[in-house]
Parts: sequence; C-alpha cells; structure tokens
Amino acid sequence: MLSLDGVSKVYQVGTFGGKELHAVSDVSFDVTDGAVVSLIGESGSGKSTIGKMILRLISISAGTILSDGVDISTLQGRALKEYYRNVQGVFQDPFSSYNPIFKADRVFKTIREEFFPQVPGSEWNNRVEGALQVVGLNPAHVLDKFPHQLSGGQLQRFLIARALLLDVRFLVADEIISMLDASTRIDVLNLLADLKSRGLSVLFITHDLSLGYYISERSVILYRGCVMEMGRTEKIYDRPLHPYTQMLMASVPRLDRKWEEAANVMKGQQSDLISGCVYYARCPVAARNGMCSRGRPALVEVEDDHFVACFHAGIGTMATARSSER
Amino acid sequence: MSLQVENLKVYYQTLGGDVKALDGATFSVADGEIMGLAGESGCGKTTLGHSLIRLTPPMRFIEGRVTLDGKELPVWDMEEMNVFRFKKISIIPQYAMNAMNPTRKIGKMTAELLESRRVNAQATWPELKRRLDLVELSHDVLNMYPIELSGGMKQRMVMVLSTLLDPSLLIADEITSALDVSSQKAVVEMLVEFRNQRCCNSVIVITHDISILYQIADSIMIMYAGQLAEKAPTETIIHAPRHPYTQLLISSLPEIGVKHDEKRLSGIPGRPPLLLDPPAGCRFRERCPVAFDACLEPPPFTEVASDHFVACWKEA
Ligand SMILES: Nc1ncnc2c1ncn2[C@@H]1O[C@H](COP(=O)(O)OP(=O)(O)OP(=O)(O)O)[C@@H](O)[C@H]1O
Ligand SMILES: Nc1ncnc2c1ncn2[C@@H]1O[C@H](COP(=O)(O)OP(=O)(O)OP(=O)(O)O)[C@@H](O)[C@H]1O
Ligand code: SF4
Ligand SMILES: [Mg+2]
Ligand SMILES: [Mg+2]
Repeated sequence: MLSLDGVSKVYQVGTFGGKELHAVSDVSFDVTDGAVVSLIGESGSGKSTIGKMILRLISISAGTILSDGVDISTLQGRALKEYYRNVQGVFQDPFSSYNPIFKADRVFKTIREEFFPQVPGSEWNNRVEGALQVVGLNPAHVLDKFPHQLSGGQLQRFLIARALLLDVRFLVADEIISMLDASTRIDVLNLLADLKSRGLSVLFITHDLSLGYYISERSVILYRGCVMEMGRTEKIYDRPLHPYTQMLMASVPRLDRKWEEAANVMKGQQSDLISGCVYYARCPVAARNGMCSRGRPALVEVEDDHFVACFHAGIGTMATARSSER
Repeated sequence: MSLQVENLKVYYQTLGGDVKALDGATFSVADGEIMGLAGESGCGKTTLGHSLIRLTPPMRFIEGRVTLDGKELPVWDMEEMNVFRFKKISIIPQYAMNAMNPTRKIGKMTAELLESRRVNAQATWPELKRRLDLVELSHDVLNMYPIELSGGMKQRMVMVLSTLLDPSLLIADEITSALDVSSQKAVVEMLVEFRNQRCCNSVIVITHDISILYQIADSIMIMYAGQLAEKAPTETIIHAPRHPYTQLLISSLPEIGVKHDEKRLSGIPGRPPLLLDPPAGCRFRERCPVAFDACLEPPPFTEVASDHFVACWKEA
C-alpha cells in the first residue's frame, strides 16, 4: 500500500527564487494494493508533481509518502533499487522518454542490463515479445525501429510493456491515454483493469473524467495543489459537492447530452488570495466577504468515503489542523 | 458551396515506396459548416488537412481537384498557394501550441507573421485586439513570451492568429488534445463563436475526441486507413452510424456512468493495414465483422441518404 500523508511541494520561483509556488499543499490519500485511484484536475493543479514525488523524481517539501509503511525518502542503495523495480511511471509525452538517435526498443535493453542480467537472451526476447503482445502490439511491426518511425500510441504502449517486464506493483500513469485514439484508449484502459485484477495498483492521472470513472474505484479532485473532493468514485460522480468538481463535470463532453450554456468557466482565473479557499476567485457560489475569503475549508467526510473541502457544501468548518484521512 | 474536394490523392514518398496516406477523398464542406474529422491515429487526418494548404515533400500530389468558393486551389504548387494560404485558407497545425518561437514576444511574433504575408500589421492591430477580447485574452499577452501562457491561453492565441484575415476555411488539427476539460470547452466554444462572427466561414476540426465533435460540429467525417469511411450530420454519425468501422468506433467510447467491471467496452480488434501496401478492396475488410465477398472490391463512397455518405458494400 502507498500512503500520502500531508504531502506538500513548494517551488522557489521568480528571478531570485524569492517567491514560493505551492504546487501541492497538504495532500493525503491512500492507494491500496490492487486499487486504481484517479487523480483529476485542471492543468497546473499539481497532478504530475504528486506522481513525480511518488517516483522520487523530485523531493518532498513536507509530509511523508509511505510504501508499505516505509518512508520512501529514507530509501537508499538496494532498498531504493528495489523500490524503483516495484514503482514505475509512464508519462503523457512518450517522445520524451526516448533518445531519437537510438532504436526505440533500447528501453527494454536498459532494464535487462539493470535488473535482469542473468536472464538468457532468447528467454528475454520471449518475455519482451510477450509483453508487447499484452499491450496489443505486433513485435514484428514495432521492434528494431527508431522512435520517429512509431506513432505516439505505439511508443506509449512500449513504456507500459516495459513496466510489465519489470512486473511492477505500482504504476504512476500520468495522462497516458490522451495521446491515444479512441479505440486504442479503451484497449489500454482494459489492460490496466486486467493488471489491477492481478494486484497492480495504479495512480491514474487524468483530466478526462469519463476515463477516470471507467477505471477507478476512488478519485481525488485537485485544484491548485489542494484536494477539493475525494472518495468513492461513484459518490463523487453521482453527487459532486464541490463547485469545482461540478464545473469539471459540466465541462465533460458527453455523447448523451450537449453542453449547457453555462457561465464561462475560464473567468476569474488565479488570484493570490492567501487566506481563503483556493477556488474563491472562480467560485460561482462563494459567500463574498464571508468565510470563503477568510479561511481554508477543511476536507470533511460528508458521507462514508466522500470528502469535500467547501464551506458552501454546508458542512465545511475552518481548517485548524489537517483533517483526518481514513 | 465553400470547399469541394474531388478524388484527392496525396502520397508520402519514401525509400520503401509510396505511403498511400490520402487515397481518393471526395467530399464537400458547406458555407458555415463545422465539419469534424475523426479516425484512428495514422489514418490520414493531418495529411488531408495539409494537402489542402501545405503540400510539402515528402508529400506528393497524385491527382484530384480542390475548389474553394468556386476557385480551384493549386494545392500542388507551394508558391502559387501563397495567395490563398492564411488569407483564404488557414491551418492550426497539430502541436502548433508548442511551435511558437519561445524567444519572441507574442506581439512581435504576430507583427512579423503579418509582415511576412505582406499585411500591414499596424492597420490590423485594432482588429487583433478585438479578437483577443473575443477569446477573453488580456491585451497584455502581446507583451508576453509564449512560456508565460497556459496551454489554453496559447491555443486561443493561435486561434486568433490563424483567423486574423478572415479565411474562408479554417483547419484546426487537434487543438484540444493537450488541454484539460474546462480549457477544452472554452477553446472549442470560442471556435464556434469565431464561425458565428464570420471570422472564418467554415471549419474542419480534426480530433480524436468524438464527444467534443458531438458538442460543436454540424457534420462528422470518419476516415479509415487513408480513405473516407463515412460522412453525415453529427446526430446521424453518433446515433445512427452505418459504416461498421464508425459503429465500432462509437461503441468503444467510454462515458461517465460506464465502469469496466460492470460494462466492459471493447476496442476494435486488429490493426489498420500498413499504407505502404494496403490490401485491395475495402481497407477495413480484415477487421470488419460483417465483411463478405463483395468487399474484395473497393466500396464506393456513396450518398445513402441526404448528406449521408458511406463507403461500405453492405450499405451501397
Ligand atoms: N520545476 C518547477 N519549478 C517551478 N514550478 C513548477 C515546476 N514544476 C511544476 N511547477 C508548477 O507546479 C504547478 C503544478 O504543476 P504540475 O505539472 O504538477 O501540474 P499538472 O496537474 O500535472 O498539470 P498538467 O495537467 O498540465 O500536466 C504548476 O503551477 C507548475 O507551473
Ligand atoms: N513524413 C512521412 N513519411 C512517410 N509516411 C508518413 C509521413 N508522415 C505521415 N506518414 C504516414 O501517413 C499516414 C497518415 O499520417 P497522418 O499524420 O495524416 O495521420 P493522422 O490521422 O493525423 O494521425 P494522428 O491522429 O496520430 O495525428 C500514417 O500512416 C503515417 O505513418
Ligand atoms: S465494405 Fe465490407 S469489409 Fe468494408 S466495411 Fe463494409 S462490410 Fe465491412
Ligand atoms: Mg501533468
Ligand atoms: Mg494528425
């Protein structure tokens, strides 16, 4: 199991690093074994930052991330190598994971050298071909090619195949679907669902709420680094309580109904309000001059496994300490 | 009649032979029509878009005729197309957002672009500002570098730039795929507004996201392996598609309320053929659940109902 406990990430920005950017603020949630949790939010909400902290690609500013009870920031040497074997990431832009001057299948060679030097060549080739079949690629079509000779979707599935070869236990899947076309998307989602039934845990980062619904049992809705709402997927989707979640839901392009003539969602972007709710500037229901501009609403459990951070939902209380996570 | 394309064939020349990425497309886009263009990755959507405006090597014009507002476009001649490009027909290329010169301020870049097209930048400036208002971008963006803009802002900026001279046809290639849902919605709604305000006359919207097309497109055209499979009014494509490929494609779309353990959706088994040496007959044949003898011949793209075209022997 992987647990985030009060995790924050602060970047020093500005010309002399004089300003702080709170990319992730006090985020807590668990991903149990064999579970898929979706991490949903607009661009810049901190989704990738959370993924990168889990993968130890960047440091954590505050809080802890526990893997089976062990603080991952303490891992070193063999234990760290073991962690990297179990926890892998696949990212939105597959091109960035390849060096254009090498053949694309080099990604398989490197993990063999790193983790499986004892496996004989023919056996290894079989494994690679098997993994490629699982992700729906014909080895004959895709092996021995340079990155530019393959499509984004093919490169993306290479990386998933690579994670399969490592037999990872935890996958950070950061927007891996958006590069794929409709019919391939569902294949990759089904693949994740199958792997999950074999015990793989997935942090599924997306802004596509219908994909999130299809695959995950729990969802975490992020805005500007803060959790706005989280809990059981059906509960959040059936009864979104946070105005931000409601806005996201209303923006989803659906095939069963057209967008309503809603107030423009882009209005009143970003503000530097420090004390109030992070969504205050864009919120259509905020009590102006009221609590919303003065305090951070705490994340409160409004029903079993459904948490919301909003005063307006009628349940918010000012955040004093961090609210309790299950 | 805004755009008419007849039997357009454009191949990629490669060492291994011609890649038949656009192999005989015949369709039209009416005045004011927003036509969505969808289909699997690699089916030739971008190729079709580029063929209409920027046919550069290794692309090779084979045959066909393109008419815009009654005038034939010399699509095979990059030089001659200069008269039309950007002025009569404009494209927002796939990944345009990331192609903005990072060392130029947006305003300077815009001025340079206009001058390079022999358009007086100064005279165009007031209209530019009006268009920025239209997409709700502050005039300050003109003094910013591309990196200072979010993805949605950049995409709106690119939209303003490409329609500044009121082209008759705008081709928008995957302008939403890198955006989050709320920015997607804002960007495509602005696209509709541009059409309504006549900043462009007709639009071809290329995207994988059929559900976005459902929101804004008047018609949808589906391509498969370098050829047209179906074109019809949006409602028809979504609710009553007739080509087997369109049917499978539509049924593979996950929607809110569909969960993998309750209703497992399926993709389309098999892969599209390689376009270097595509099979004779219907190119969907190998994957088609209802293929029969006739499918060994290429199916014609025929009008099966008013404004509804299908290339399938079952429907012919
Ligand atoms: N290295 C960095 N230095 C400074 N700020 C950063 C850095 N990396 C990310 N940020 C900022 O942190 C915030 C969160 O970024 P993050 O990439 O996690 O967002 P995201 O939710 O993944 O967005 P997207 O959907 O666009 O991928 C953003 O405001 C971003 O600009
Ligand atoms: N420069 C090139 N040389 C050879 N073949 C090419 C070249 N560019 C594209 N192709 C091939 O032409 C076909 C059509 O490509 P195109 O980019 O038009 O597809 P697309 O439908 O836009 O795909 P996507 O949805 O991934 O953008 C593909 O099979 C591709 O491999
Ligand atoms: S022509 Fe034949 S193979 Fe092609 S889609 Fe129709 S039935 Fe299927
Ligand atoms: Mg990200
Ligand atoms: Mg394309």
